[in-house]
Amino acid sequence: MRFTATVDVSLRPGIADPEGATIERALPALGISSVTNVRAGSSFVFDVEAGSVEEATAVATDLATRLLANPVIEDSTVRVEAR
Amino acid sequence: MTAAVVVFPGSNCEHDAVSGLELAGTTAELVWHTETDLSRFDLVVLPGGFAHGDYLRPGALARISPVMDAVGAFARRGGPVVGICNGFQVLTEAGLLPGALQKNNHLTFNCQDAVVEVASSRSVLTSGVAVHTRLSIPINHFSGSYVCTQETLRELHDNDQVVLRYVENPNGSLDDIAGISNIQGNVVGLMPHPERACSTLLGSTDGLVLLQALVGAAQLA
Repeated sequence: MRFTATVDVSLRPGIADPEGATIERALPALGISSVTNVRAGSSFVFDVEAGSVEEATAVATDLATRLLANPVIEDSTVRVEAR
Repeated sequence: MTAAVVVFPGSNCEHDAVSGLELAGTTAELVWHTETDLSRFDLVVLPGGFAHGDYLRPGALARISPVMDAVGAFARRGGPVVGICNGFQVLTEAGLLPGALQKNNHLTFNCQDAVVEVASSRSVLTSGVAVHTRLSIPINHFSGSYVCTQETLRELHDNDQVVLRYVENPNGSLDDIAGISNIQGNVVGLMPHPERACSTLLGSTDGLVLLQALVGAAQLA
């Protein structure tokens, strides 16, 4: 079976996020004043061939923790759906 | 005595590194990132640049290049390994040095001379260089802000692993860190480019002080 995995990577709480802070500082120029705590991150989408959703999730989680995120500074979340 | 300068696709400081090492008194050879054996070399340098385009994160893809197993084996045998700028990022991604290099706090690319102070004489790069020696060495990076957990920072202090500190912090780096070593002192990473400060014609010979210390340490190893 084929599954589609989405891995979201974001900086861990407490790690400075200059990109998110810069985006937040730009918001008044758009007339937006109600948005705070902007955090920047990355999203990765890929297909996994696996026998079950659990197996696909295990593969995606392994990829997320060993490559897509740097566990020293980043957290990752994994979502897997059947195609 | 021969130094290996590892070339990844996207490295761009390898020729400067060879030139600097030669001025410091060793022959040096370029080694492609597919090499799997570094045992014929006396020291290994990972140069600056944008290995694998810096895609994903600087160093994230370079650390799975075939040569990195050989770099790890060389380091575990006690061989001197120095990562300069992008090479420092590769060493942290590879787990050969603790912590990580984050985007500069002001999100601008730093390209300037930086004054750094030697914080430890224990590493292969600062062996015999007095603590508090100040050196003017160029920096050239976007992701040079060193970050680690409080626990790791305590270990760096306890084990005398902070090698160089900025006199004026240019990027938000934790504890003004410009370079660190592993516990043994034989693996060093630094953001400044000593190989670009080896000639009065180019403004400074302060980098040669570090490269000569490195070559001296490699001769003893």
